Amino acid sequence: MIRLNDLKISYRIGSRTIDAVDGVTLTIPDNCVVGIAGESGSGKSTLMKAIYGDIQSPMYISRGSIDYGLKGVDGKPVTAGNVRKEWFKSISYVPQSSMNSLNPVIKIREQFIDFPGTDSNKKRVLEKARAYIGKLGLPPEAMDSYPHQLSGGMRQRMMIALATFFQPELIIADEPTTALDVVVQKDILMLLMELQEEMGNTILVVSHDMGVHYQVTHKMLIMYAGRVVEYGDTDSVFADPQHPYTRMLIDSLPTIGDDSMRGVLASQAGASGDRAYRVEPNLIEVKPGHFVAQSEGASV
Amino acid sequence: MTFILKTEGLNKVYRLGGFMRSKSIQALNDVNITVESDNPVVIAVVGESGSGKTTLAKTLLRLETPTSGRAIVYDQVVAGQGAIPSRKDFLGLVQPIFQNPFEAFSRYRPVDAYLHETARRVAGMDTVRSENAVAEALKSVGLNYEDVCGKYTAQFSGGELQRISVARALIPDPKLIIADEPVSMIDASRRMIIINLFKRLRDEAGRSFVYITHDLATAYYISDYVAVMNKGRVVEFGPARKVMSDPQHDYTRLLLGSIPTTKTRWRPRLRAAG
Repeated sequence: MIRLNDLKISYRIGSRTIDAVDGVTLTIPDNCVVGIAGESGSGKSTLMKAIYGDIQSPMYISRGSIDYGLKGVDGKPVTAGNVRKEWFKSISYVPQSSMNSLNPVIKIREQFIDFPGTDSNKKRVLEKARAYIGKLGLPPEAMDSYPHQLSGGMRQRMMIALATFFQPELIIADEPTTALDVVVQKDILMLLMELQEEMGNTILVVSHDMGVHYQVTHKMLIMYAGRVVEYGDTDSVFADPQHPYTRMLIDSLPTIGDDSMRGVLASQAGASGDRAYRVEPNLIEVKPGHFVAQSEGASV
Repeated sequence: MTFILKTEGLNKVYRLGGFMRSKSIQALNDVNITVESDNPVVIAVVGESGSGKTTLAKTLLRLETPTSGRAIVYDQVVAGQGAIPSRKDFLGLVQPIFQNPFEAFSRYRPVDAYLHETARRVAGMDTVRSENAVAEALKSVGLNYEDVCGKYTAQFSGGELQRISVARALIPDPKLIIADEPVSMIDASRRMIIINLFKRLRDEAGRSFVYITHDLATAYYISDYVAVMNKGRVVEFGPARKVMSDPQHDYTRLLLGSIPTTKTRWRPRLRAAG
């Protein structure tokens, strides 16, 4: 399991510092899909970057720590110091614009071989990779094509193939399906769920779409202004949201068959720059496994 | 009653490849849509990538000439055989909003220059009137003239820029606004601002919209009519509520069944961990 201990992540911009993640304490169990929701600027992408270990100036961890509780490929525990060596082995990342993350000027198969695998026999790796993409519903010839020869959905499948090829313990997917049409999105999400059940690993999914979260996640994490407002089992969070912000997120997107007026989110309701809520960093367990933050303005 | 939008046997064939090995793609295949109403309406065009929805938008905007057939907007033939209005009259009737507001405006020019240009060239206003018209248009999308004037694209968020695009489109006082995926490049948490703005402009300012999208939920939310497109054809067309609550075509059912809802799950989520 992954443990975040009072984690604070800041950006240094000139002489100012901005705390994008401000005191997050959290335990993420093994073998589950955790959904992360919140509007832009809530700190969700920063938190994902930090867990992935992609910490580059001006971003830095100003307080707290991350315990991975994972063993790397060499058998040693993964720490914030050596997490980079585990990229695409025990930890992988499907970035937001992952459709455009493939190198456009080399063939897909070269990109598979480029990966730092444990097997030095490239031919054998390639054979395995070919069999693997077949399992993910891609034609074997896709290996021999350039990214532009594949459709958006195929490229996204290929990214998921790359990210899961070494059976990582942890996968971080940042908006994995935003750019896709609904039909393709459903295929990709179903594939992701099947792979997770097979591998029994942990997947963190960032998405703005609460429908996607309801479909794929076991647990939900709601973020607001760098802090956690609610964390719990997906069924519990959707059936009985504790924080008004969570309720607002669930209700903010239109649904077919529901004609009610959809409003704007909390941060847009007030005058610009004002926060609708002031969220405290400590969480209260309201039900077993369902946590909510104390906050002011919650009754608004 | 007015024909707000009517297409008659609209076809568009693109030819690809060289002289000997040319391949043709039927981007629009006999598209017939009729919306007749006295009140302004939002017409959604939904479908996957490659379904022809953008080609339809381009044809209605006169950016592409149809191979055959014609299109009528507010009782005037605007594309195809017998298209009447001059370019200037046409831009006073139909205005576009494009997908990516960062590409619609140059990075090296202040954005209000585009608004003033539209006011002068399309609406034929003088400097004083154009100033007022620009301020008025920005106000109607919830922005202040002083906050926008002299600024460049990098100083705005995607949502703000898209609202400026809407303001620009409003200046020539068009009857119909064609919005091609207007929210897909905008931060997800800000999309409803644009969607609600369209709704308000229809109800309060009497503008009609053609809303091209692959997001069926927002299409359901604001549209009066919906056209479902697949491979260049309109497979289903009708009042939005009716089509989406009682779809007749298999493709419409496939699209609707693929929307992730918060009501029923596609597959049970087995809890493996505690």
